[in-house]
Amino acid sequence: MPIRKDKFIIMNKHDNCATALKKISKDTKIIIEGQVFKINRDIPFGHKFALSNIKRGELIKKYGEIIGFATEDINTGDWIHTHNIKSHYLEVSKQ
Amino acid sequence: MSEEFLGFERPRGKVGIRNKIMVLSSVVCVNKVAQEISKKVKNSIAITHPLGCGQFGIDFANIQRTLSGLATNPNIYGILIVGLGCENMKSDVLARIIKRSKKPVEFFDVQDVRGGTIAAIEKGTQIGQRMASDASELNRETFDFTHLILGLECGASNSISGITANPAVGKVSDKIVKLGGTSILPEFTEWIGTEHLLMKRAVNVKVAQKINNLINKFLENTMKLGVDFRGIQPTPGNIEGGLSTIEEKSLGTISKAGTAPIQGIVDYSKPPKGKGLWLMIEPSIDVESMTGLAAAGAQVIIMTTGQGSPTGNAVAPVIKICGDPKTCDWMKCNIDVDASKIITNNISIDNVAENLWKKLKDTCNGQLTTAEVLGFEDIAIWRHMAFPFSLV
Repeated sequence: MPIRKDKFIIMNKHDNCATALKKISKDTKIIIEGQVFKINRDIPFGHKFALSNIKRGELIKKYGEIIGFATEDINTGDWIHTHNIKSHYLEVSKQ
Repeated sequence: MSEEFLGFERPRGKVGIRNKIMVLSSVVCVNKVAQEISKKVKNSIAITHPLGCGQFGIDFANIQRTLSGLATNPNIYGILIVGLGCENMKSDVLARIIKRSKKPVEFFDVQDVRGGTIAAIEKGTQIGQRMASDASELNRETFDFTHLILGLECGASNSISGITANPAVGKVSDKIVKLGGTSILPEFTEWIGTEHLLMKRAVNVKVAQKINNLINKFLENTMKLGVDFRGIQPTPGNIEGGLSTIEEKSLGTISKAGTAPIQGIVDYSKPPKGKGLWLMIEPSIDVESMTGLAAAGAQVIIMTTGQGSPTGNAVAPVIKICGDPKTCDWMKCNIDVDASKIITNNISIDNVAENLWKKLKDTCNGQLTTAEVLGFEDIAIWRHMAFPFSLV
């Protein structure tokens, strides 16, 4: 069951990333179930940001499923995209 | 409240949601004749194509199966096949296959008509007139959704589709399955990266292995041709839109198929062997995909679109659902269900799924889709020869 907030959507409660439904500016305060954090840089519409600290090598989940792993340490509120996530399917499952 | 729709009863327990006459060209050389007949007969559609002669082997079998499948679709009342005479897609053989549906079928070859194409158009129009008149005697009756086959399609997708329209379609697909109906997911190149999840949903090990084999065979064989399909996904446009990995893109795509168990995989344009959710072998080419769905017996198709596709199908009405606010505004005339309110108005995916379900029922009951009203009657056949190897 997706969690819909004003500026973003979390596709599944087990996800550690959310998808922006409008541009979210740097320093925007995010509140999710009591957890409060700031967005660390502008997140474009349709792009993802981290809901928790994700260590290098740890899995990133959307739709409750693995969409890849972190290639560097990712902090809560960081933009997640091709610079810090790689396909788990290509790099691990299919090797 | 029980869920029902108003359809047309066909022989052998089938139910159509449209009541059309098909004028089917067996070979490219007589496309014009089929088109002219169709122009003169109300509620008829011409099915034309660039094929019918010179194809062979699995390519020929695939084309023949698709043409006869389109004719057999329950949305069609009766079929007139127009052949030339010297082609290898014989009109009488097509007629014999289609007659298994017990529907009215007539055929002739232009070379057998004294007077050439002018006389052939007249002869065809007379047959078509009779058929259309007979068809118009039928009334819609109430049926449950066990009779319905739904096709799941997406085209001109962007990163918004996977978080708006696609999950809403998934809920409708699950509902059809729950009501005892059938749903088909084509476009296997967009399952790549999620096959482990599809395999987990397979009803048995054999089906799971088929899913795995299909993807592996496809990847192996395309690599032999020098193409790594995995390396080109997501596309530069997808990445710009926010999709980071191949599995993220595919997860959005397969969310159209909801959460139902997967009963099996059927080859392109082959009907599912039972109810529930089925996969179809087809490599994600919209018009060819929807032609395959209609040939497999889907009476209706839901297509999600992000950047906006106007396409429709000559046999199965196509309901367009879009999650992109700009596309819903700029291409309003081509969109049936607006899922962009998930983004702009904080509306839930469930709410959009309810609207889509209502639109699906209205469409089954006879309401025309935007593509139908605007005359998009696209047909194209996916050819195995495009990939010179078997995928089964």
